[in-house]
Amino acid sequence: MIQEVESHSHHISRQFNIELEDVKTRMLEMGGKVEKQLHDAINSLVSLDSELAQRVRDDDNLIDTLEVSIDGQCSRILARRQPAASDLRLILAIIKTIRDLERIGDESSKIAKMAIRLSQDGDLPKGSGEIQHIGELVRHMVHNALDAFARYDTDSAVAVTDEDEDVDEQYSAAIRAMIDCMQEEPAKIDSFLNLVWALRALERIGDHAKNISEHILYVVRGTDVRHGGLNR
Amino acid sequence: MSGQGEARNVDVSQVLRKSTGDSADSLEECLAVRDLDLYYGDKQALKGINLSIPRQRVTAFIGPSGCGKSTLLRCFNRMNDLVDGCVIDGTIALHDMDIYQKSVDVADLRRRVGMVFQKPNPFPKSIYENVAYGLRIQGVNKRRILDEVVEKSLRAAALWDEVKDRLHDSALGLSGGQQQRLVIARTVAVEPEVLLLDEPASALDPISTLKIEELINQLKTNYTIVIVTHNMQQAARVSDFTAFMYLGNMVEYDKTDNIFTNPAEKQTEDYITGRYG
Repeated sequence: MIQEVESHSHHISRQFNIELEDVKTRMLEMGGKVEKQLHDAINSLVSLDSELAQRVRDDDNLIDTLEVSIDGQCSRILARRQPAASDLRLILAIIKTIRDLERIGDESSKIAKMAIRLSQDGDLPKGSGEIQHIGELVRHMVHNALDAFARYDTDSAVAVTDEDEDVDEQYSAAIRAMIDCMQEEPAKIDSFLNLVWALRALERIGDHAKNISEHILYVVRGTDVRHGGLNR
Repeated sequence: MSGQGEARNVDVSQVLRKSTGDSADSLEECLAVRDLDLYYGDKQALKGINLSIPRQRVTAFIGPSGCGKSTLLRCFNRMNDLVDGCVIDGTIALHDMDIYQKSVDVADLRRRVGMVFQKPNPFPKSIYENVAYGLRIQGVNKRRILDEVVEKSLRAAALWDEVKDRLHDSALGLSGGQQQRLVIARTVAVEPEVLLLDEPASALDPISTLKIEELINQLKTNYTIVIVTHNMQQAARVSDFTAFMYLGNMVEYDKTDNIFTNPAEKQTEDYITGRYG
C-alpha cells in the first residue's frame, strides 16, 4: 500500500504533472470560496444581515460554475491521459469532492435564505446560539478537510470524520431545544422553523466535510471507507 | 522494495484471496513457474520467478524493455532452447508435466502451447494452407476434416467472414491486422491449450488492435492466454491478471483491477503512472 502520496510530480510527462497540480489547485480554490460562503452565511444569520445573506445567495452560481469547469478538466484528463493508480484515485476523488463542495455551497445558500426570512421577522429568536456554535464546528470541519486534502494528511482526515459524530450529537440536542422553544412560544413557530432548517443545513455540511475526508483516505490508502466504517 | 532481489511466491490462491469476483472453484492452475532463473551467458535475465497462471484467463506481463517479460513468455514453449548460451534453472509445469524434463517432446509441447509474435508471419501460401499447415504436418490430409478445421479456426479468429470467398488467395495479400488474425487461426487450428501472445498488436493500427483485443476476449473461454504488451492500457483492457516485471524480477502479480487502481508496490505504481523512480 502506498501510504505516502507525494505531490503529483515526477511524471515523465511534465505536462501531466502540471495538469494534475492545476486541477487540484483549482479544487482547493473552489474550497476556499465555499468556506467563505459558509462563513458569510452563518454570520448573516446570527447578525440578521440580509444584505450579506443576499450576496451569499447571488454568489452561489459562481460555485456552480467552478464545479462544472473543474469537472470538465477532470474529464479531459481521463480522456487524454488514462491515469492509473494514485493518479486515477486523485481524479476520482476530485470529481467527488467538488460535488460535495457544491452541495456545501447550496446548503450555505439555504442558511442565507433563512437569514433573509428571519431578518424580515425583525428579531433573532432563542436558539441562534446553537447555530453559532454548530456553525463553528462545521466550518472547522470543512477547513480541516480541505487542509488535509492539500497535504494528503490522513490523520487529520480521520479526525474530521470523528468530529462529524460530535456535530450529529449537538444537532440532535439543538433540535430538542428548538422543540421546547416552540412549545413555550407557539406564536414564533415560523421563526423557530427557519432556525431548524438552518441547523439541518449545517448538519448536512458536516456530512459533506466527512465525505471529503473519506475521499482523501481513498486517494492515499486506496481503500474505500464509505458506509463500512473506517479502516484505520 | 520487497520485489527486488528476492523471490516472491505468487500463486493463484494467494491472488484469489485478495480478489472478489472469482470464486476459488472457478480458477484452476494451468502453468506453474517455480524458482525460475534464466541466464544468457553471464547475464541473468530472470531471477527467482514464482508464478501461477490460471487456466482460461488472460494473464498480461508488463514492464519496461529488457525486464524479462518476453524471455519468460518464451520459456513456456521452450523457445529459449534455440538461444545459444541460455541456461535455465527451476521448473515450469504445464498442469502436472515439467516441460523442461528430457522426456518432453518439444514439438508436441509447442502444439499444446502456441505462440503468436509481434510481426504477423503468415507462410507464403494460401489462406487455407496457412491454417491447414499444422494438421498437414501431423499427417492429416482428409479434405473434409481440413475444410472443417480451417473454417472453425478462421471463425474462432474472427476472420472467416472477411476471407471465406478467397480462401485460396495468397495470405500475403491480407492486411496486417488480417494477417495477425490468420496467424492466430493457424495457431488455434492444432487445438493448443495455451496461447502465448508476444506484443500481438503492436504493429497494427488502432482498429485492428481492437479486433485483436476483442478476439482475445472471445478466445479465453477456450484457451489460457498469456500476453506480453508494452501498451499498459491494452493490458488493463484485456487481461484478468497482470504481472509487473522489472530487471528480471517479478515485482508484483495480482488481479488486473488491483494493479491498475491500487498497486501494492511503489515500483509498479511508478511504472503504470508514468513516473521515473
